[in-house]
Amino acid sequence: MWSVVDIVRDNWLLLLIGQYPHGPLGGIAATLILSVFGILLAFPVSVALALARLSPWRVLRWPVTGLVYATRGIPLLMIILWTYFLLPVLTGHTVSGFTTMLCTLVLYEGCYLSEVVRAGIEALPKGQSEAAKSLGHGYYGRMRYIILPQALFNMLPSMLSQFISTIQDTTLGYVINVQELTFAANQVNNQLLTQPFQVFFILAITYFVVCFTLTQATHWLERRVAARRRGIPAAVPVTPAADGLPLPTGEELP
Amino acid sequence: MSHFDLAAVLSSPDFRAMLWTGIRFTAIVFAGSWFLGMALAAVLLVIRLTPSTVAQRFVAGYVSYHRNVPTLVQLMLWYFGISNLLPDELQAWLADHKGEAIFAVISLGLCQAAFFSEDMRSGLRGVASGQAEAARALGHSYVGSMRYVILPQAIRNAVPALVNHTVSLFKNSSLAMAIGVTELTHVVREIESRSFRTFEVYAVGTALYLAVSLLLMALGAALARHYRLAAAR
Repeated sequence: MWSVVDIVRDNWLLLLIGQYPHGPLGGIAATLILSVFGILLAFPVSVALALARLSPWRVLRWPVTGLVYATRGIPLLMIILWTYFLLPVLTGHTVSGFTTMLCTLVLYEGCYLSEVVRAGIEALPKGQSEAAKSLGHGYYGRMRYIILPQALFNMLPSMLSQFISTIQDTTLGYVINVQELTFAANQVNNQLLTQPFQVFFILAITYFVVCFTLTQATHWLERRVAARRRGIPAAVPVTPAADGLPLPTGEELP
Repeated sequence: MSHFDLAAVLSSPDFRAMLWTGIRFTAIVFAGSWFLGMALAAVLLVIRLTPSTVAQRFVAGYVSYHRNVPTLVQLMLWYFGISNLLPDELQAWLADHKGEAIFAVISLGLCQAAFFSEDMRSGLRGVASGQAEAARALGHSYVGSMRYVILPQAIRNAVPALVNHTVSLFKNSSLAMAIGVTELTHVVREIESRSFRTFEVYAVGTALYLAVSLLLMALGAALARHYRLAAAR
């Protein structure tokens, strides 16, 4: 048990920031930077993909549907290998492992996130879109002011879950030698050689603490979002009109 | 680099044999961990349904650990870490008997059990409590009401999630390459480094993965349709 404490005491800096400033940034810092940038860049991609999948034009819908299905059907590891091979060929430059991993994450998480966004848009009552249309909004105005703000708000918990998956997916960068937490732990293990259980136990616990905290945050966010969604319609009372037909309920109001 | 030439890879008996090994190991790891995961998931579900709070907490902790620790790290902990704690004779035996594949099956199976048991549990929770009461009122025993009323509906509810997690388990079987299992991704990389036909080899590997994934997804959709029809009848 004490050896775990010793390993952490001797190697905490390597696990935290890798070999930085004497080498590239690594450790938890790199893992988090990679995940945050990955998900931030994947977000606009996912909205674009979701809108393309819901568009009335087949030219847009079919290829994007194909792309999303393919990405869901191919292991992430295989996609990483493809990016690793294709990026230098396409750009004509050598590309670092970090950039390769970032590009892969943007594509992969973008596709998964697009399914989340699409579900969010489809879950909105049809009246929203119709009301916006009757108020004279065009497609852009409808999406920008009515549909996306609501859909994206409702989807906040699912997006946070996707962020947790992204953190877990960065571990696969290990295969192409991206300097992140898993890589750092393997470096520590190669130095010590005698205590693999302790080293990988520390690694597992570290990921657990980070992801478990975020999972709890997701549950909290879920409750908040659900409370707000319940709260709004209830604020508008349903009153029967003079002819006995009920007026539109609050459900259709933003 | 020359033009795209699949035959350069597929016509070589060496590479064909390697691909076949890869396919076999992917199948072994996938099937082995699927069955282990399902069996363990059922056990976890039963434990969770007991009234004991300690037992429920244990299962909740188990699920939480396997969901929050990346699968690759779980594989490494088993293969590099836990294997090291085993007695020497057992370690030697494992080294002679494809220990890496055994550890891949164990760790992927344990991890998958957490997901499968949660899927089953939400399937069960989706069955209205009136169903159980009605079944008991009609004179069914506990086992009878489970067998004829609750479980058929619960399985119906759980199928889509179980299929999704089956597809992700199939994709995750590729992670076994990181601990040296000669499964499809591992073999694809090896053929690539020998033949330098990167594009062709990756295309073959990707096509194989995609074909099986799409097949599993289609199977899931067919099952869901079948159950919807059964429910509507």
